Amino acid sequence: MADEVILLDFWPSPFGKRVMIALREKGVEFDTREEDLSNKSPLLLKMNPVRKQIPVLIHNGKPICESLVIVQYIDETWGPESPLLPSDPYERARARFWADYVDKKIYWAARSAWVLTGEAQEAANKEFIESLKVLEGELGDKAYFGGERFGYVDVLLIPFSTCFHALETLGNYSIVEECPKVAAWVKQCMQRESVAKSLPDQHKLDDHFVALKKEHQAQ
Amino acid sequence: MADEVILLDFWPSMFGMRCRIALAAKGVKYEYKDEDLRNKSELLLKMNPIHKKIPVLVHNGKPVCESLVILQYIDETWSDKCPLLPSDPYQRAQARFWVDYVDKKFYELGRKVWSTKGEEQETAKKEMIESLKLLEGELGDKPFFGGEKLGFLDVAIVPFSTWFYAYEMCGNFSLEAECPKFMAWTKRCMEIESVSKSLVDPHKVYGFVLQLKKAFGIE
Repeated sequence: MADEVILLDFWPSPFGKRVMIALREKGVEFDTREEDLSNKSPLLLKMNPVRKQIPVLIHNGKPICESLVIVQYIDETWGPESPLLPSDPYERARARFWADYVDKKIYWAARSAWVLTGEAQEAANKEFIESLKVLEGELGDKAYFGGERFGYVDVLLIPFSTCFHALETLGNYSIVEECPKVAAWVKQCMQRESVAKSLPDQHKLDDHFVALKKEHQAQ
Repeated sequence: MADEVILLDFWPSMFGMRCRIALAAKGVKYEYKDEDLRNKSELLLKMNPIHKKIPVLVHNGKPVCESLVILQYIDETWSDKCPLLPSDPYQRAQARFWVDYVDKKFYELGRKVWSTKGEEQETAKKEMIESLKLLEGELGDKPFFGGEKLGFLDVAIVPFSTWFYAYEMCGNFSLEAECPKFMAWTKRCMEIESVSKSLVDPHKVYGFVLQLKKAFGIE
């Protein structure tokens, strides 16, 4: 019996894109349902009653929520010949540590830089660049965070690259200058079909961020 | 060659207690090192230069940081005894989802209950009870979140129970009255040796919280 795989998503969400990339890396066929977050569907509320958030993966009617949990589920369910996490427990722990770092530091610094103003925004900008530099150090001269192969940390981080341009403009800095290795890694990832097909159009996203900023300022 | 396992920890830390339980459940011999968080050891700063936090598991000289990363590392490295995560990918996803929920919600709510007053404290108390009731729903009629035996979610949550007495005293409410099923689960966990020898005395935790309040000038 064929698998039924549905992704509940919101097109600008980097968390939803993590799931898309992971599914495509594993060659899994799936349907996407776009959610209006100001008017959440009964399906979303039924499938994620606790957090009421996207992304949600529905596999043969059963929901999996939280992007890190979903990506690990995808890795454990499909394509054992192309694992996203390494097989060695210590290397897996390293990958999970950096995944946690991306969620705790990169996402929150980026978000704060976006919504705050004045001195607080400057501090958030600084924190974002410092966090990116830590990742630059971890990447080193490797092709990907996982080494030779595109893996777990790469899947989780690359969707945030769609926000880089907006953050650079806002903070008046250049990621290519501050973190050249990360910038090169972004270019390399974008050459992968799973990434190029999953990330939204940059111009559409930039317009979305501008509109969001205006909305925030109006409030 | 015998394994060298060191746990850098701080006695009242719920996150540290998770690691203690997992190591005990797996029968792993380890050296426990209690850190003075106002004067962090060179070893801690060397083993966790990014976050500079406990717990850190040092296994044959190599550090593993972040309590949930450590739990999964312990589970995968000492896999012959007492598996914590189930083998089915969907059930693993459910366990990971709820642990993520507990980490995102509970710690912050607990902090607000002991360190704030007035409306902020009342809101935190209400949300804490709601969270526990949600967890009671997830537990259902099972003896443990892991089913018949202690599992990943049980190990991750039970340390928070050592802080309940402190929350109740600071917040002037009874969690036992509101969430009897959850308290019954806590008592069942305490009957297991790996749990009872790893958790600290709730009265000592309350003493520690009172010291913190004094140090921070909180009434």
